[in-house]
Amino acid sequence: MQMDDKKHIASPARTSGVPIMDAEAIWRALRRIAHEIIEQNADLKSVVLAGIPLRGVEVAHRLAEFIRDVAKIDIETGTIDVAMHRDDVGTRAELPMVHASKLPLPLEHRTVIIVDDVLFTGRTVRAAMDAISSFGRPARIQLAALVDRGHRELPIRADYVGKNLPTATREQIQVRLQNVDQEPDAVWLFKE
Amino acid sequence: MNWNRKDLLGLRELSADEINFILETADAFKQVGTREIKKVPALRGKTLVNFFVEPSTRTRTSFELAAFRLSADVINISATTSSLTKGETLKDTARNLEALHADILVLRHSSAGAAQFLAQRLKSSVINAGDGAHEHPTQGLLDMYTIREKRGRIDNLHVVIVGDILFSRVARSNIFGLTKLGARVTLVGPSTLVPREFEKLGVTVSNQIDKVLPDADVVNLLRIQHERQRKEYFPGISEYTTLFGLTKERAKLLKPNCLVMHPGPINRGVEIDSEVADGLQSVILDQVTNGLAVRMAVLYLCGGIAA
Amino acid sequence: MSAIIIRNGRVIDPANKRDEVVDLTIVDERIADQSAIKNQKTETIDAKGLIVAPGLIDMHVHLREPGFGHKETIASGAHAAAAGGFTTIVCMPNTLPAADNPATIAWIKDRANRTASVNVLPTGAISKNIAGEELAPIGSLGQAGVVAITDDGHCVQNHELMRRAVEYARMVGLPVLDHCQDYNLVGNGVVNEGYWSTLLGLPGWPAAGEEAIVMRNILLAELCDHHIHCQHISAAGSVRLIREAQARGVKISGEVCPHHIALTDEAIQNFDTNYKMNPPLRSKADVDAILEGIADGTLSILCSDHAPHAGFEKEVEFDQAPFGIVGLETALGIFIDQLVHKHHKIDIVRLIKMYTLEPAKLLKLDAGTLSVGAPADVTLIASDLEWTVRTDQFQSLSRNSPFDGWKLKGRAVRTIVNGKTVWSL
Repeated sequence: MQMDDKKHIASPARTSGVPIMDAEAIWRALRRIAHEIIEQNADLKSVVLAGIPLRGVEVAHRLAEFIRDVAKIDIETGTIDVAMHRDDVGTRAELPMVHASKLPLPLEHRTVIIVDDVLFTGRTVRAAMDAISSFGRPARIQLAALVDRGHRELPIRADYVGKNLPTATREQIQVRLQNVDQEPDAVWLFKE
Repeated sequence: MNWNRKDLLGLRELSADEINFILETADAFKQVGTREIKKVPALRGKTLVNFFVEPSTRTRTSFELAAFRLSADVINISATTSSLTKGETLKDTARNLEALHADILVLRHSSAGAAQFLAQRLKSSVINAGDGAHEHPTQGLLDMYTIREKRGRIDNLHVVIVGDILFSRVARSNIFGLTKLGARVTLVGPSTLVPREFEKLGVTVSNQIDKVLPDADVVNLLRIQHERQRKEYFPGISEYTTLFGLTKERAKLLKPNCLVMHPGPINRGVEIDSEVADGLQSVILDQVTNGLAVRMAVLYLCGGIAA
Repeated sequence: MSAIIIRNGRVIDPANKRDEVVDLTIVDERIADQSAIKNQKTETIDAKGLIVAPGLIDMHVHLREPGFGHKETIASGAHAAAAGGFTTIVCMPNTLPAADNPATIAWIKDRANRTASVNVLPTGAISKNIAGEELAPIGSLGQAGVVAITDDGHCVQNHELMRRAVEYARMVGLPVLDHCQDYNLVGNGVVNEGYWSTLLGLPGWPAAGEEAIVMRNILLAELCDHHIHCQHISAAGSVRLIREAQARGVKISGEVCPHHIALTDEAIQNFDTNYKMNPPLRSKADVDAILEGIADGTLSILCSDHAPHAGFEKEVEFDQAPFGIVGLETALGIFIDQLVHKHHKIDIVRLIKMYTLEPAKLLKLDAGTLSVGAPADVTLIASDLEWTVRTDQFQSLSRNSPFDGWKLKGRAVRTIVNGKTVWSL
């Protein structure tokens, strides 16, 4: 989820969008991330995949499935709401919708992997880290994103990236996932 | 659903969608109370004034805690410390508070319409914490939240509200909210305190509690305050209890899954027997917990939008 | 010696059953025959298309002097009256001090003589300090020049005291005006008891609270064989009671305010205190009953119940705001608009009668007619003129009107008191 992703704003006309990833590419990217997570976390049972609503949650569930297929381990997933941890409340004309966070507790000695669809400024991830720390003190926090489009405003870097996508700031990246959007899986780039 | 109200004045003016949206937002905030650190920065840097021109410890505390959990700064002003007693008008006092950059004003006042009066005159958010016998929207919301939480829905449930309806802002907010969300509402109490005129609000009026209880999905008992009312309205507390109190015996008429609610503070032995108040069907303490979540949601929604 | 000829107007003079297009002559501050004009310097007023009526009388006005000059003074209230087409106003005694003694009456009359542009006639209180406990010196008040007694704004609750007041007033020859409100039934009510009070949680003021005292007054008028006039009737039941009593020959009458026919209690839903008055706005059924009462003559007098309050006094919580609205500058317009144009309940002739002959008869005033020799109080009315109420242009010191922005049809365009134009559009 991008910090500036205004879900309430109608998507630009489909015709102006350029497809960046199709269902097949997304499938491959997520499967690769799943493999990397398995490789880098010796104690997979301690891993929690914490998705950021809405699409980060769906991505987390898909990663958990891949990991189950490959490593035969049921990895725990959760939801981490960032809306109430944002740093721009009161400066926006419209409020972000808040969702309940749901994480397996306690978090001590666990590895929480924040999962989101798009990594952009990094502010959402910062908010997610704040939110996680209000639940406890995990052993480590990692970050997975389907797309990294650059333009970070905070010293934040993803541990797992499906696709690095250089963009201009005025461009928009939109991820569509079947279970969330009732549209075929795809990543679209919209020029201003 | 897009929230765009700076004020919460009552439930009559809200749509069913808006009410549901507040309840869904409250779901998210309820979970904050279970965290190790029960605080989020959503309203960091905002100033909330609890402006209570009529005393109320319970509602004020709930708003105060809700504001703390959202990281807002809170000041409490009560009738005794406010300058209203020195003859300053409500408008002037409130404008002074606004001049101090209060972002959110939570108002409890004995006059119906007082919250609307301020909302029309201030840029700050105004949250009605009870205005006379008019509305107490956050109480109505927390009652609905609790019903929804325990029964999974509100539509088609039969909610029975018992007590002093005429003077009750809690009753009015419940009536407006519950009927919008599709509940059936029956008001029960002495004919003097439950005038038939209420039927025009889309509810049923009854004076016979024993006939109503077996069909109830929720019984909400209002506090009876004989001392504060004119004595003409009913003969006395003991007669009230005899005719309308939810005694142990009467509670046997209830369906096993009927919820027993009370906005508090409870008069044990008057409108409700102690055993019933503490019984398995009682969700009175859940109401208190949920009140916090609902008030966080309301403060977040009304106080979070840019002025 | 000076003379005025008002030319080509439609002269309506109910006292003389006149309704004709004719010139009206004024000589030396009195209505005169045209033959009275000799060689005087003569001013001509063109009244073509206008109604030439006897100067209107508003027998229910609150001028706030003495005591509350920030709301209204006798001078400002008189200006407002002139702008509303009234040449005579009757002021209520709830001032500070109350008009319950000859000295205060003398003060009011003196003040009016020196500052008022229209005729100001005081009423005296029924009870001392309008407290409803002891009789005021009604005989002395009569000698001081009051035209009636009333405790308006309050209501004598003690029926025995009221009975003695009526008996005493009969001896003195003063009519009794009564604000009908049973304190026990009304309690702390601020709005009509009904759907809207229930919905908004505002304390209700039941219609029965008025009807009970109207009934009381009917019984006392019968018992004492003296006239009691019920002020600002708001409830359907009151109309019925008065109608039935009048049929029996009881000396009872009733008056109507513009807001009680133009508005219902639905208007209070935003807690706007400019809709708060006493008695309160009532239901549609009550409004209909009052309109019928006007149509069939049960309610014979129109008045404004002009009740000015400063903005800061009205801009408070609804239940804490004072009752009352200003009305002098909108009353005639609303009555013509509603009664003649909108509801077709009465014609303009009847309306003028209810605002001239009827109050003059009740209060035994030398006013309200265009008979030769009568004081030259004349109101010119454009009954079809469309205009918009602008409270910011009121002559009154106060602005507490719910009618700001209303588009009305019909109003006064010139007000002449004692042969002198005191106001014109």
